[in-house]
Amino acid sequence: MLRRAGLSLGQFLWRRKSSAEFSCSFGKAKMSRPVQAQKLEGLDKNVWVEFVKLAATYPTVNLGQGFPDFSPPDFVKEAFVKAVSGENAMLHQYTRVFGHPALVTILARFFGKLLGQDIDSLTNVMVTVGAYEALFCCFQALVDSGDEVIIIEPYFDCYEPMVKMAGGTPVFIPLRPKTPAPGKLMSSGDWQLDPAELASKFTRRTKAIVLNSPNNPLGKVFSKKEMELIADLCVKHDVLCFSDEVYEWLVYDGKKHIRIASLPGMWDRTITIGSAGKTFSATGWKVGWTFGPDHLLKHLRTVHQNCVYHCPTAAQEAVAQGFQREFERYGKPESYFVQLPQELQQKRDRLVQSLLAVGMKPIIPEGTYFLIADLSDFKAEVPDLPDCEEPYDSRFIKWMIKNKGLAAIPVSAFYSTAQKRNFDHLIRFCFVKEEATLKAAEDILQQWKLKKTGP
Amino acid sequence: MGRGARVEGMLFVPQRFLCLGIRTQLLKTVSSLRSFRFSALATMASKHKNAKRIEGLDSNVWVEFTKVAADPSIVNLGQGLPDISPPSYVKEELAKAAAVDRLNQYTRGFGHPALVKVLSQVYEKICGRKIDPYTDILVTVGGYGSLFSAMQALIEEGDEVIIIEPFYDCYEPMVKMAGAKPVFIPLRYKKAGNSASSADWVLDPTELASKFNSKTKAIILNTPHNPIGKVYTKEELQLIADLCIKHDSLCISDEVYEWLVYTGNKHIKIATLPGMWERTVTIGSAGKTYSVTGWKLGWSIGPQHLIKHLQVVQQNTLYTCSTPLQEALAQAFLIDFKRMDDPDCYFYSLSRELEGKRNRMAQLLQEVGLKPVIPEGGYFMIVDVSALDVDLSDMVEDRPYDYKFVTWMIKSKKLSAIPLTAFCGLETKEQFEKYIRFCFIKQDSTLDAAEMILKKWSKQIA
Repeated sequence: MLRRAGLSLGQFLWRRKSSAEFSCSFGKAKMSRPVQAQKLEGLDKNVWVEFVKLAATYPTVNLGQGFPDFSPPDFVKEAFVKAVSGENAMLHQYTRVFGHPALVTILARFFGKLLGQDIDSLTNVMVTVGAYEALFCCFQALVDSGDEVIIIEPYFDCYEPMVKMAGGTPVFIPLRPKTPAPGKLMSSGDWQLDPAELASKFTRRTKAIVLNSPNNPLGKVFSKKEMELIADLCVKHDVLCFSDEVYEWLVYDGKKHIRIASLPGMWDRTITIGSAGKTFSATGWKVGWTFGPDHLLKHLRTVHQNCVYHCPTAAQEAVAQGFQREFERYGKPESYFVQLPQELQQKRDRLVQSLLAVGMKPIIPEGTYFLIADLSDFKAEVPDLPDCEEPYDSRFIKWMIKNKGLAAIPVSAFYSTAQKRNFDHLIRFCFVKEEATLKAAEDILQQWKLKKTGP
Repeated sequence: MGRGARVEGMLFVPQRFLCLGIRTQLLKTVSSLRSFRFSALATMASKHKNAKRIEGLDSNVWVEFTKVAADPSIVNLGQGLPDISPPSYVKEELAKAAAVDRLNQYTRGFGHPALVKVLSQVYEKICGRKIDPYTDILVTVGGYGSLFSAMQALIEEGDEVIIIEPFYDCYEPMVKMAGAKPVFIPLRYKKAGNSASSADWVLDPTELASKFNSKTKAIILNTPHNPIGKVYTKEELQLIADLCIKHDSLCISDEVYEWLVYTGNKHIKIATLPGMWERTVTIGSAGKTYSVTGWKLGWSIGPQHLIKHLQVVQQNTLYTCSTPLQEALAQAFLIDFKRMDDPDCYFYSLSRELEGKRNRMAQLLQEVGLKPVIPEGGYFMIVDVSALDVDLSDMVEDRPYDYKFVTWMIKSKKLSAIPLTAFCGLETKEQFEKYIRFCFIKQDSTLDAAEMILKKWSKQIA
């Protein structure tokens, strides 16, 4: 059985022989050939599987994986409990495949205003199992073998394997840090795209660009000017834009989140992705959504109906209730979308101070609940091993988890293979944590500093 | 075609759209721009084209028929949607889980620890072998998600996958989306005695053997079977197992209805046959087990060397499933695991309840003069409607008889079902087009309403 073009005749004959032998040995039979599909090649490593396990194995103050360690707001929790224990038992059964009616209706109303579009709830909205599945549908629906997809570094790590699994070629472009003004701390805003460099990445094979604003892990909130730069190139080269906006509400210091689909020429070529997990601090619900023109969304629907088909009903009902409540309070002080970023900005500032106090150099994020810190001053703790394949920051964090009881995520995980070594002195902290957790982290850092500087 | 002309056309068009307003109406453009528009649209259409893998996979029987049956005046025996309530402890566990802060956040990607642990306990007991909760199990978004993960992980271009007809309709597009070729083999009706039973539908051994070749990567088995309700016997499973071993093929065994087997029948897991554990991925579903289809939780169980590839697919598709749902399911399973030797266990009590409904449904159909195929398992029943000889000549569209019949029945009798040809490949449509499928996991009031319709109908025929 010749499964791969690359098999030699010898291997081919060995496999034929082996399978014939196996038919006689019931109970010992094992697949004699590589079973997995070729598309999975190189996709087996995953930073989350590794680091989530570590953080769970050792007692740690966990500022690693991005999830709140406090509760979702009461109004959504109550909505969920009501949905599952209420009169309507049908909320435990299948709902509409492309999105529970109550949810797509309110999403269309809410985001229509924000995107400046007349959004049809049935053709311009699709609900997915988290933003993760939305991304998967984009790539599977619209990226083919031979297509190039531009990814801005640093990037949420799943973009690269998803492009590859769809047979596409990722083309990377880094955000380049500019030195901040004297006396000022570095901000995520100081990391910028070089316009000429960006333009050079667009070729006739470019199918799409992935935009993530606010950006994970850096926290950058792309400005209107930066978005226009990208939009102009998309329009010029007729390229699609997959816009991952899951942290859309988490912007600080009065900055504004711009939705690229609202820029001229962009609605027809953009899929905008959102997440209930980030919006309502309920990452475990796994409810996400996409907005876009019907001629693109219909292809995502085809993928979705052949992949998971329905999304769970009750959580969709609860998210719908949550959005209804927020719709009524939009822009008001009691809106969760106003309160959460205010609360998180304070936590951000607190963590920044803690890190500065111990000599780690934080890069102030304009958005998201992540913060990157440069640990160059801590390099003495963990020796540099130039021949080691594992990036420095990954080794550093493993040491930090085991020896300091503090977990973070290595920033090299958010970079392409070619760039990992250039960005392996940075680690990512997540600050969407309750006061006690941030205080505990602060204490660990203080102790650490004392130990370093001596008695 | 000069790049310059294209670029100009593209820059012009978007500004026109902005003036016209929001909705993308590609034809609403000033006529003087027609030439620009045409080339711009052609370009846009080609760049915005779908990936090849989903070509031809856009139509779906459920999207069509669930829309129709959403009318509350129609008695819906179509889609497999229980309108009975899930057991109260299942709902309570979910409410409890949702109230715990950390259970609203991410859990382990391949399956919530509490859930995979209890699944391994339940299935170890049934399979009589050790099942590692972390390496041998993957929790997915419904049985559907397990089917998708298995196919993406293990099937690719150049492979052939055997599908037994009639089949749950997603098998074919999933095989195609993975780039492989579906090879069909029908269950054939063998007349055996007076009453029609799902046991009368069998595979021809020679025909089955002829479908296996060196390219056969897997066979998809579904037992208990949707839509016929067949529960494969040990001999039938052995036939399939022997061929899998001989040809070194995999078996993807869709056993979502595993608990729903009726008196005189036993559900056998093909993975427990000699030589099969190593080559089988067995799929289960919370939706069917606990009558909570809207929870969309399923699982794949198998040897590590197969499950690890499904796990890689998971981490590159949706990463993790809902936490509160998995926690609640784990608690429900713990309750029933403890009473697995007790007839009160929900796995058995649901089956008993459904057997009563099955018998009632069969009787109602027989009273109209129809001959239902009595299912040995599952919650569907197929019936040959050609005996009713309904005049559908005024329905001109070129569709199989069963599609036309169901459309007519929904309209004129306010009763819905699903046409059986939705579950067949193109070649076998003629064999199955006189059958329609009814779902009987319905509360008494729904079956009462169906009874009224059918009694009225039979009076009209008499």
